[in-house]
Amino acid sequence: MSDTTETKQVLPDGWEMVIGLEVHVELATKTKLFCGCANHFGDEPNTNICPTCLGLPGSLPVPNEQAVHFAMVLGRALGCSVEPGIFARKNYFYPDMPKDYQTTQYEEPTNEHGAITLPDGRVIAIERAHIEEDTGKSTHLGGGGRIHDATATLVDYNRAGVPLVEVVSGPEMRNADEARAYVAELRDILLATGVSDARMEEGSMRVDANVSVRPVGSDELRTRCEIKNINSLRSLGRAINYEARRHVDLWTNSDQPNQETRHWDEEGGRTTPGRSKEDAEDYRYFACPDLPPLVPTAETIAGIDESMPALPAARRAALAAAAGVGEADTLLAIERGLDGLACETIAAGGDATAVMKHVDQNLAEGQGELTAASFAALVSMEADGALSSTQVKTVLAELVANGGEPAAIAESMGFEAMDTGELDGLLDQLIGDNPDEWGRFLEGDNKVQGFFVGQIMKATQGKADGKIVNQLMRQRAQG
Amino acid sequence: MSSPVEPGLKSAAKLAAAVRAGESSAADALAASSAVIADRDEEVHAFLHLMTERAEAQAAAVDAKIAAGEDAGPLAGVPIALKDNMCTRGAPTTCSSKILEGWHPPYDATVIGRLEAAGAIMVGKTNLDEFAMGSSTENSAFGPTRNPLDTSRVPGGSSGGSAAAVAAGYVPLSLGSDTGGSIRQPAALCGVVGVKPTYGAVSRYGLIAFASSLDQIGPFAHTVEDAALCFDVISGHDQLDATSIPEPLAPTLPNLHDGVEGVRVGIIDELMGEGIEPDVRRRTEQAAEALAAAGAIVDTVSVPATIYGLAAYYLIAPAEASSNLARYDGVRYGQRVDGANVATMNTNTRSAGFGDEVKRRIMLGTYALSSGYYDAYYGKAQRVRTLISNEFDAAYENFDLLLSPTSPSTAFELGAKSDPMSLYMCDVCTIPSNLAGHPAMSVPFGVGDDGLPVGVQVLGPMLQEPRMFQAAQVLENAAASGGAA
Repeated sequence: MSDTTETKQVLPDGWEMVIGLEVHVELATKTKLFCGCANHFGDEPNTNICPTCLGLPGSLPVPNEQAVHFAMVLGRALGCSVEPGIFARKNYFYPDMPKDYQTTQYEEPTNEHGAITLPDGRVIAIERAHIEEDTGKSTHLGGGGRIHDATATLVDYNRAGVPLVEVVSGPEMRNADEARAYVAELRDILLATGVSDARMEEGSMRVDANVSVRPVGSDELRTRCEIKNINSLRSLGRAINYEARRHVDLWTNSDQPNQETRHWDEEGGRTTPGRSKEDAEDYRYFACPDLPPLVPTAETIAGIDESMPALPAARRAALAAAAGVGEADTLLAIERGLDGLACETIAAGGDATAVMKHVDQNLAEGQGELTAASFAALVSMEADGALSSTQVKTVLAELVANGGEPAAIAESMGFEAMDTGELDGLLDQLIGDNPDEWGRFLEGDNKVQGFFVGQIMKATQGKADGKIVNQLMRQRAQG
Repeated sequence: MSSPVEPGLKSAAKLAAAVRAGESSAADALAASSAVIADRDEEVHAFLHLMTERAEAQAAAVDAKIAAGEDAGPLAGVPIALKDNMCTRGAPTTCSSKILEGWHPPYDATVIGRLEAAGAIMVGKTNLDEFAMGSSTENSAFGPTRNPLDTSRVPGGSSGGSAAAVAAGYVPLSLGSDTGGSIRQPAALCGVVGVKPTYGAVSRYGLIAFASSLDQIGPFAHTVEDAALCFDVISGHDQLDATSIPEPLAPTLPNLHDGVEGVRVGIIDELMGEGIEPDVRRRTEQAAEALAAAGAIVDTVSVPATIYGLAAYYLIAPAEASSNLARYDGVRYGQRVDGANVATMNTNTRSAGFGDEVKRRIMLGTYALSSGYYDAYYGKAQRVRTLISNEFDAAYENFDLLLSPTSPSTAFELGAKSDPMSLYMCDVCTIPSNLAGHPAMSVPFGVGDDGLPVGVQVLGPMLQEPRMFQAAQVLENAAASGGAA
């Protein structure tokens, strides 16, 4: 996750970044926010549409209960107070917005005042997480691909009315790594609660970054720019660093940035200006008269809290405690959803270091049919030297694929620890057959060590323990 | 003044009974309606489009049901006219605006489905002030509608076409929409019954929005009974309208003739003074006397904030309209006037497509919602709205129903009110009910000094339609027996 080459020494001494993020999350509902059309990515254009999501005259919105529930679940997962929410209209003209207003929440959002705790312990405030509808998608033909000089615009309304929650952080992040950690943490929360599939590349999680800079030690908020079109965590880091450097350059040259929206240009590695504040629209927000307030009952909120799954921060803490490692070393296990398995395996007597090693190195595809009991038994066989590490990997793969008992699987595969005498003989024969390579090993060329281990693995069909082969080679070399 | 009403088309209840009994047929009723329309509507211009094909198919379906011995519904064979701001599948729906010319909705409004299920026959779509903005049906892109009782006069508005269609005897029933009086005022001017139900009692799904928090669909009829019959058919919860009242509504028809014995009726003091023509005031006082004679306890009541209703309405309704009418941008349907880019196309389309009054209200509403002005205009108007609701609530602690004139005057001549403010004043008595969300209806009660009909308005608290209809029935009986002479 960290991309340290880009975040070290980004700004000259004496400057710091002020970063706030607005993350649009598509909710994983079956249908859209205000109608019964399918909420599905990638279908033929204009196939998931009806009078309501096309904004036809006379059509009316009816809130999707599942979407409202998901939004409240997310709010509680972010530690927000879930309040009566009021839908408002944000009025502006755009061809992919069928009603020429967006139904969103303005003064009274459903979720307010939460926080996200990053793996390093920093707490980033969430100002609000409000519900709104998505727009359609425009493709501008001719000109520069922008609406102003396009000769024609094609619009796909499949996405119009898809439910979103916009999660707005405080301006509390101080470097790109923190911003990326924040987005990664939010993604993990979304996946843990199941309210979104959180795929940045498909646009089901879209990040806009508000960036400004200031002298270290100051608490002022200088002019910010909002960067859009960020499609990955890597782009987020690059875009923030580029923009912050641009701001410092302006300030140090007796100039200053304009408050504006900017687009991240992935290929060019830079941001380019979009709409500036001077032509910013007056959105004329007012409460949407077609939609009554969303008033959650105390029972609803209690029910959400009761059925809340374990969230990433709690899971990290639990695994770190069980495995005796720092929280930073638990991230891969959490991302793979293997923290539960790891904790249970350790509780069942599996060696924590070995368990964490296999989780990080050998279980990229997930748990499959592997159980904590069989995992613990396998780790014990490995510790006892009953299986070589190559054999352990093979048995582990079989346990993931089909389940079973590790001892029985090892036996059926003909795995048993080879005795040292057998390996001694094989090694002597190899040395005899490959005198040049052995000579190089004796001269201290450690690279050929792998050659001998490989040949022995081949001859024993992986039954040999590489570590023992290494030992035997060193014994011979030392004479 | 002529009285052109075709006897067979005067009562929906009687017509439906005759059709259901096999004494008449839906096809005959439709033919009679079509004949009157053909005879008269070139002059009156109540209709913008006739839905002949669909009407004939519906009539045939009703007659087939009856032939098969099935229940054809409480409105079996009753021809009905629809204000042209209600979506009708496959048939033009214009809001009397050039901007929607050529658009055929792919769906029916909820009320259309309910009427059809009750056996009604959709005859056609009626004229209105463009997007329901007006009080005379002169603001139509397709020409004005004339009052069938005196064609030099307006029928009122904005549902002037639907009021005229009933008054002219084309159909016994029609639907209008009422945002600030657009059913009740034309009902008064055309001498028919017009009902603005409780907000949320009738689904707005498929009603093209003017001001969403105020709009409500309701019936026009010759009789209170027909209006009640139609209200019972079209009202009730609709899951396609989030503002629709979820609880079941009490039907109005069964207890329609229960009278007003012991019912406390308050005459709204503020709506009986300046600005109300003396003949209209006198009829309203006579109506109060008629209610008292029938056993009601009548007194005057002060609802002071009603005088601010007009000002609040002309901020709230345009504000909502400015947002509701944004979608007419030339991108997806209706008229498009091309331009060099999308923004210019939007501007060209809207400049050519909307009439002056619509533009005026869009600008007014845009201004009222603008940053820096919101609190002074829209915010304050919303507070006035709350104040009016609170004062009505206080009045209803001492009264069951309220009474006022419907319109300050009888029908005026075409072109007589050319400045917007004098037209806006037409709705001074009707607007408060929309702001409060309460039901109100206009009942004909005699004529003014010019011999043209006067309507009196019966107002009730939320969901008290049954009691409101009972009082209206008493007034109708009193007028028929000379109480308004």
